[in-house]
Amino acid sequence: MTFWVTQALNGISFGMLLFLLAAGLSLIYGLMRMLNLAHGSYYILGGYVGLATIKVTGSFVLAALAATAVVTLIGVVMERFFLRRFPEQELPQALLTFGFLLIFADLSLWLWGGTPQTLPKPEIFERSIRMGTIVFPSYRLFVIGVGLVIGLGLWWLQEGTRLGAMIRAGVDDAEMARGTGVNVGLLSTAVFALGAFLAALGGIIGGPFVGVYPGADFEILEMALVVVIIGGLGSLKGAFVGGLLVGLLDNFGKALFPELALFTVFAPMAIILAIRPTGLFGVR
Amino acid sequence: MLEVQDIHTNYGESYILQGLSLRLGQGQVVAVLGRNGVGKTTLIRSIIGFTPPRRGRILLRGEDITHLAPHEIARRGVGLVPQGRRIFASLGVGEHLEIGQRAGNGAGWSFDRVLELFPRLRERLRNRGNKLSGGEQQMLACGRALVGNPDILLMDEPSEGLAPLLVRELGRILGRLKAGGASILIVEQNLAFALRVADHVYLMSKGKIVHESRPDELLRNHEVKARYLGV
Repeated sequence: MTFWVTQALNGISFGMLLFLLAAGLSLIYGLMRMLNLAHGSYYILGGYVGLATIKVTGSFVLAALAATAVVTLIGVVMERFFLRRFPEQELPQALLTFGFLLIFADLSLWLWGGTPQTLPKPEIFERSIRMGTIVFPSYRLFVIGVGLVIGLGLWWLQEGTRLGAMIRAGVDDAEMARGTGVNVGLLSTAVFALGAFLAALGGIIGGPFVGVYPGADFEILEMALVVVIIGGLGSLKGAFVGGLLVGLLDNFGKALFPELALFTVFAPMAIILAIRPTGLFGVR
Repeated sequence: MLEVQDIHTNYGESYILQGLSLRLGQGQVVAVLGRNGVGKTTLIRSIIGFTPPRRGRILLRGEDITHLAPHEIARRGVGLVPQGRRIFASLGVGEHLEIGQRAGNGAGWSFDRVLELFPRLRERLRNRGNKLSGGEQQMLACGRALVGNPDILLMDEPSEGLAPLLVRELGRILGRLKAGGASILIVEQNLAFALRVADHVYLMSKGKIVHESRPDELLRNHEVKARYLGV
């Protein structure tokens, strides 16, 4: 019993982290038809910038602010000055974003070295919570809470605001949205920035338990892609459900069949794709 | 109000509009008629900026809007009711009107006034675009353009796919808009409908205007009708 509850909570918290990454990836794809392969790089950049800030200031909150600010800015620059030049050209976009992935990876290695590092947890979450026989780190619960809050916030933005309606109009028919007076170009930059922000937040939140190390960018991108494929491209609900599913599968897979590792994630993905090629909540 | 001066527009590889000019005066309803494939939709796409012309100019209230981005053109007072209606599948009826809303020319088309014009839409306010019937979609497409309070309204085959009863209803609505001072450019294949609503008609063939007249003159000109419309 203790095993199952602990592993489930671990899986859910990892799933929430994946949701933060997949939500941005999916929103960006929905509006701009673009797969940003440098999305995992935002995660490690967020983690490293956060780590550097903590070393100087000792504050987790300041680290989160600095990391999200820096990475959001990087996202805006990438969209405005590079990706904007290749609208709806998949190959140049893939090559360009992959190029950024390599640059960011080398830059991180050069600036922060190759040793895996973890962010220190905020002090109030250092302790564990005890419920009967179950002992669980409070930080993991905090991660679940952040995921839920962000999920609710994004859902409200998308379904409950005029801005969200404009974004959905752009996803449905970008040209007609322009013809209705919606500045889709500006909206794309905003959505791209939001995606980068969420990924950097993922780097901060995930820093204390997943950590940052060379290659984490690619690993986290791979997992986020699986989430997006399972959930359905362009769907926020898909990113959330997919994130939970992959988080749980990954965690139980590693706990129960460690020798099968990635198989427990990729096999269910292949099965879901065979039954629903658009993913669980995708329309296209 | 709107002046199209000798525009040449390509659509993909094809050279579609080959030096087309027309005028739409304040408070006028102008219809552009022509067979399938003569470039009527490309004309609308050129004006709204989806496929800008490579030569020639488009003036709105005397200002050159030829190479502005579509959202700029829309914001300067061009309302679009596109071919196929292009309702946003995931937006509710109310959301369509919300994102289109602008003060515009101050004609006072508010959310509520549009719903007064189309009472049917009020009943379906929370329905998503993909759950509407063809007629409701057409009303919504009109409403979405109207809430922007445009100086001119571009309508691409508004009667297409509508039952005769709804076409008559649409004619009445256009009459009310015109009475309110709207300037409307309609592109149509439905001759009877266009002749009923328009003050002035242009005939298009192979990317050019080949004839223009008052609607009653065109009705009597059997040679021109036979040659360019096949009736």
